[in-house]
Amino acid sequence: MGLSPVLWEFLVKWLHNSALFPAEASGISPYVDALYVFLLLMTIVGTALVAVLLLVFSIRYRREKNPVATQIEGSTLLEATWTIIPLAIFLVTFVWGALLYFRIYNPPTNAMNIYVVGKQWMWKAEHPGGQHEINALHVPTGQPVQLTMISQDVFHSFSIPDFRIKREVIPGRYSTVWFEPTQVGTYHIFCTQYCGTQHSGMIGEVTVLTPEDYKKWLAQSNSGMSLAQNGERLFASMGCNSCHSGNAAARGPNLAGVYGSRLTLTDGSQVLVNDAYIRDAILNPSQHVTAGFAPIMPTYQGQISEDGLIDLVEYIKDMQSNYRIQQTLVTSESNQAAPTTPTQGTTEMVKP
Amino acid sequence: MSTAIGNTIVSLPDQSTARLPKRNYINNEHGLLSWLLTGDHKRIAILYLISITFFFFIGGAFAGLIRLELLTPQPDLVSSDTYNKFFSMHGIIMIFLFLVPSVPATLGNFLIPIMLGAKDLAFPKINLLSWYLYVIGGLFTLTALVLGGVDTGWTFTTPLSTHYLNTHVITTAMGIFVAGFASIFTGLNFIVTIHRMRCPGMTWFRMPLFVWSHYAASLLMVLGTPVLAIALVLVALERTFGIGVFDPTKGGDPLLFQHLFWFYSHPAVYIMILPGMGVISEVISTFSRKRVFGYTAVAFSSVAIALFGFFVWEHHMFIMGVSNYSALVFSLLTMLVAVPSAIKIFNWAFTLQKGSITFETPMLYAFGFMGLFTIGGLTGVFLGSLGMDIHLTETYFIVAHFHFVMVGGMLMAFLAGIHFWWPKMTGRMYPESLSKLAAVTTFIGFNLTFMPQFILGYLGMPRRYHSYPPEFQVLNVLSTAGATVLGVGYMLPLLYLGWSLKYGAIAGNNPWQATGLEWQIQSPPLTENFVETPIMDHEAYDYEWLANKTKHEVTTVG
Repeated sequence: MGLSPVLWEFLVKWLHNSALFPAEASGISPYVDALYVFLLLMTIVGTALVAVLLLVFSIRYRREKNPVATQIEGSTLLEATWTIIPLAIFLVTFVWGALLYFRIYNPPTNAMNIYVVGKQWMWKAEHPGGQHEINALHVPTGQPVQLTMISQDVFHSFSIPDFRIKREVIPGRYSTVWFEPTQVGTYHIFCTQYCGTQHSGMIGEVTVLTPEDYKKWLAQSNSGMSLAQNGERLFASMGCNSCHSGNAAARGPNLAGVYGSRLTLTDGSQVLVNDAYIRDAILNPSQHVTAGFAPIMPTYQGQISEDGLIDLVEYIKDMQSNYRIQQTLVTSESNQAAPTTPTQGTTEMVKP
Repeated sequence: MSTAIGNTIVSLPDQSTARLPKRNYINNEHGLLSWLLTGDHKRIAILYLISITFFFFIGGAFAGLIRLELLTPQPDLVSSDTYNKFFSMHGIIMIFLFLVPSVPATLGNFLIPIMLGAKDLAFPKINLLSWYLYVIGGLFTLTALVLGGVDTGWTFTTPLSTHYLNTHVITTAMGIFVAGFASIFTGLNFIVTIHRMRCPGMTWFRMPLFVWSHYAASLLMVLGTPVLAIALVLVALERTFGIGVFDPTKGGDPLLFQHLFWFYSHPAVYIMILPGMGVISEVISTFSRKRVFGYTAVAFSSVAIALFGFFVWEHHMFIMGVSNYSALVFSLLTMLVAVPSAIKIFNWAFTLQKGSITFETPMLYAFGFMGLFTIGGLTGVFLGSLGMDIHLTETYFIVAHFHFVMVGGMLMAFLAGIHFWWPKMTGRMYPESLSKLAAVTTFIGFNLTFMPQFILGYLGMPRRYHSYPPEFQVLNVLSTAGATVLGVGYMLPLLYLGWSLKYGAIAGNNPWQATGLEWQIQSPPLTENFVETPIMDHEAYDYEWLANKTKHEVTTVG
């Protein structure tokens, strides 16, 4: 008597893949799995307890055996027991889960940053060195990686199950998540928030490399311009430098070294200058006026893509002095000072 | 009647002489119009029952199509847009047109006035209006479906629903908006009836637990549903006029919609499950011949669930960049809301202790409810636990979790209740062995469908995926196989309950020897329910009172 070949193939395939548990490919995975096992045990014990109670009572007190019921009003002691014990277990779960949550969402200070832009229906990753990837992400082992993510259209959600991390990617707001890959290999990236027609096509692969291979990959994939360099070009071409020049008489505040500092606004409130603040200040300048300055900056809403904003953020983040801004301005002014025919427009902007 | 102690408490009148009562609410008036213009809560309950059954099978058909598509990893049965419409229509129909009205609008409508010893609900015309609103809401949804469907998902997440889809979002939202008022009116009617129309002697703590759980659910309906209505109106305004409440480029907050939506939709989970818990209390008590263990605790746990239910909505948004500290508060409150459910489960289990238990169909469904709801509830703790939620949310784990609660819990409770009160509603019994088979089939099919989805979820398979990586196929095939069994389990009652309308055995007043006031009157009841206003001179679930009363009846008749 043989098994049907179809069934056999099915069984072999099943055993081969045996896809019943995800890989533990990040530093946090074992901690998440530990809580999972605890919760699984709680569920199994709890369900078994209910099942045993039902079974035992059903057998002992079935009508054939116990024709007349004994009325019982209740028992404060018993009821207190099954109030307090579940409550205690749930509170343990709460504390454990909360600790894990803070661990998953608070990045270590030495994490390297990669930007991710989500859009219908693809993931675009941008490395600080200017490497771009679509639906792919290359990261080294043994190095905490923080993703700063934003959506260009609808809600998406960035999930790598084998790393046990996930975070909503929100339109108009940076969200972050971090992980430390531990195992070389390729793992799924899923968009887990329903985002329209091709939602299930918004998937990709994260490739975990050894640090040496990662260096090689970075060198091979170099696009020639880092994000900050792109940002510098944008800064000049959008004319940001005419006000944010760093001069004492400039109409806009000095941006050198502003990242990470605490800024006082005209309404007296204090804000921490981070990625999100810089982005918001470019798009909604009137709501983010630094104390001592006039609200004259126009909004750049709709004029710069999320990629461009990331470039600008990255540029302002790294800006230590105004030297290069002033150099650019001097160059453009000397160009303007050069003789030109009077009929030509004088508002033309110089693009370096 | 046999003198030996059998394994059933069913006692039917002598079938050779038994007749349905000459005058009852079904044959009191004739003609379609007498149904469509009725103010009788029992007739409205029947109208509701027919309409929600209709929508249940439409929603079920969509579930079948979803499972069929997911047999293979490739997107081969339908296009992605169509698949997205399938799960959107499945969710919208099942939640707003089946689960929310299921027990309250049918069993609750039929039974609450009778259980309280009243002639009707406080506002019979509003009750009828509620059904018409439900039907109009349903028609809007069907219109959207026929015109080409909607693919927002049942959650209508902005800005997807406001700016990026060109399907019938407003039509569907209107449908839900209108159906929401049906729910508000039902809740309002119940609250007023419970406060004002209890018969003499019917104190709050003599009310059946079925009434308590409906009271709690009604509070949620009345207080929560308007927020959903507001959220949907804002979506419609944003879509048509671009008012910008949810649009970040206009200074709006895209997360605000989800706060509003879940402020209703989490309590909605309790709107769906609480009435089911009421059914379970009645069934467990009747078939173990015992007062529910710790009546007050069970009654207050319903109210506690309703109260805490309003303060946990943010647990749907833990990964969405909400502040860490608000996440802490909402996680803690989520843990607290789990406790009253645990109390109920153990109280029901201990109701069986020292009882005299029989295993008729409603009891089998109730056992199914207790097992599946326990799993559904405990897996909810996984999701309430912050760090665990990150990995599990938006995956098949969450799909499995809420189907365990809503289908394993609520639908089991609904079927338990339908079988339990079928003799009262129709005057006839359903076929016992076939219905036991259906209960067991449902239980097996359910577990086969949704257990694999827990594993899929931990593997990371996202929900609402039209295609998926091939390594997930085996578990998906198992799930689809289970759905087939489950489908059979749900078709069976439709068939044999229909059959029983004509051929079922005459049930008599009280086939289960149950204590509720509804069982002391004829089946099917008179339009006015009681010949004279009853006086509640005993506690709820007082089986000794029932035994004395029966003895008394026998002597007077004899």
